[in-house]
Amino acid sequence: MTGPSHDRVDALTTTSTRELERIVREHAGRLATALVRITGDFAAAEDLVQEAVLAALQRWPTEGVPERPDAWLFTVARNRGLDALRRESNYRTKLAQLQWPVQTESDERLRLIFTCCHPALPRAAQIALTLRVVCGFTTAQIARAFLIPEKTVAQRITRAKRKIMDAGIPYRLPDPDELNARLREVLGVIYLLLNEGYLSTANQTESRDLVDDAEWLASQLHGLMPTEPEVAGLLALIQLHRARADARFDGDGDLVLLEDQNRAHWNHGAIADATALLGRAAEHHRPGPYQLQAAIVACHAEAADWAHTDWEQIVLLYDMLLHLAPSPLTRLHRCVALRYTAGPQAALAEVDALSDALDHYHLYHATRAELLRALGHPSEARAADQRALALTTNPAEQAILQRRINAS
Amino acid sequence: MKYVLLFVETEKFERDLEAMNQADRNRAYELVGKWFADNADKIRGGNKLRPAYTATTVRLHAGDEPVVTDGPFVEGKEVVSGYTEVEVADLDAAIRMVRTWPGCPVVEIRPLES
Repeated sequence: MTGPSHDRVDALTTTSTRELERIVREHAGRLATALVRITGDFAAAEDLVQEAVLAALQRWPTEGVPERPDAWLFTVARNRGLDALRRESNYRTKLAQLQWPVQTESDERLRLIFTCCHPALPRAAQIALTLRVVCGFTTAQIARAFLIPEKTVAQRITRAKRKIMDAGIPYRLPDPDELNARLREVLGVIYLLLNEGYLSTANQTESRDLVDDAEWLASQLHGLMPTEPEVAGLLALIQLHRARADARFDGDGDLVLLEDQNRAHWNHGAIADATALLGRAAEHHRPGPYQLQAAIVACHAEAADWAHTDWEQIVLLYDMLLHLAPSPLTRLHRCVALRYTAGPQAALAEVDALSDALDHYHLYHATRAELLRALGHPSEARAADQRALALTTNPAEQAILQRRINAS
Repeated sequence: MKYVLLFVETEKFERDLEAMNQADRNRAYELVGKWFADNADKIRGGNKLRPAYTATTVRLHAGDEPVVTDGPFVEGKEVVSGYTEVEVADLDAAIRMVRTWPGCPVVEIRPLES
């Protein structure tokens, strides 16, 4: 590898950490795929990718981003591999023969994702593995994004790799009759990244933006499985959230509820793209929870304002969603729309029916508070808001509840 | 790879089986028999265990006398009722086998050391 030229160093001053992470992400999964193929050893490949990623994030800021980042990462991984595998001549020979670029087939890249999200691994490990191997996160970045100790992440990775090896978790594509269930696992991981990023209390300037990584993963998966409508549905859902992200916080950094958001700040081009994607997914006539959730968000995103929201359609979509995936949380969300189709009294009765399941959930009490206020019961509403405040640890939500209590 | 499938019965499963009439129970046993026949090429051995009330557990404590107690090692509503050793390519193949298991409602898959 040649030393960095002055041009590259100059270019670097404009290359932010975020951009470096994106470059790494673009290549980490492909590198992992190639390394698993060469070594036949998922755990070893995973380690080598991590070493290459760490080296890149350490050296690129001072040396500049190489012209061929993929080749650079590959060379580092290969050299580390040759060092580490000094005694294992079998791998060494295979690795030493290898030249970049290695072609990676889409099936191989899917195999990597499906293995990271194997149902025999606990969800937390699926997430950690996917982020490290497919998205090129470092252990430290995962820890920061999820506000957990680095040691915990490292342990999860170690245990997961040990289980993959010792329990005989295969590195292959699921059979067609298993595909739906296995795909649900992968989508579940991506959805969790979206949620975690969306509600994140981690400092966004210091921590990776998980929603960005969720979108990237979903779009990779969509590219690899273009005819799976739920993959497209989840991608559209993420894009619809991102298109409105700028309006979620005001100038002071306070959370702004959907009702009060300035819709001029939404990215209407991105909203149109996402709804078009959702429309193409619907042509497969295989509705699913992610397509339905995206359709609900699309109803909000396409409304000129809160008052012009198509609440009838939203209630209908929630009914379909509840039919496919019954959940008290979904019923709670449905109540918000029900207020505008059946009235606050009917909505409150529905909310109250969820007390057993959701009594410890802050949004249950916050939703009750809004309905009680609409029905002219301010003191009960205030008590419900106070209950909600006591149950959430999210600072942005705490602030909004506190404002409501102060104003009442 | 070799795995042991640990078949786990629940109280509800036991009750449901008892509540069946003889013909239905025979049919249930037939399905289990057919499963074993269908998977005969992968099965290396195993057995059904006598009911949980026959179990005895011995706990060994260094220096102290072993403690012998009545019952299975975990007190609970789920008890191991049988085991089968299988030899298949990988965990997915074992899961695939278990997916069609027509008997008790819980099966644990454990790889063997060798």
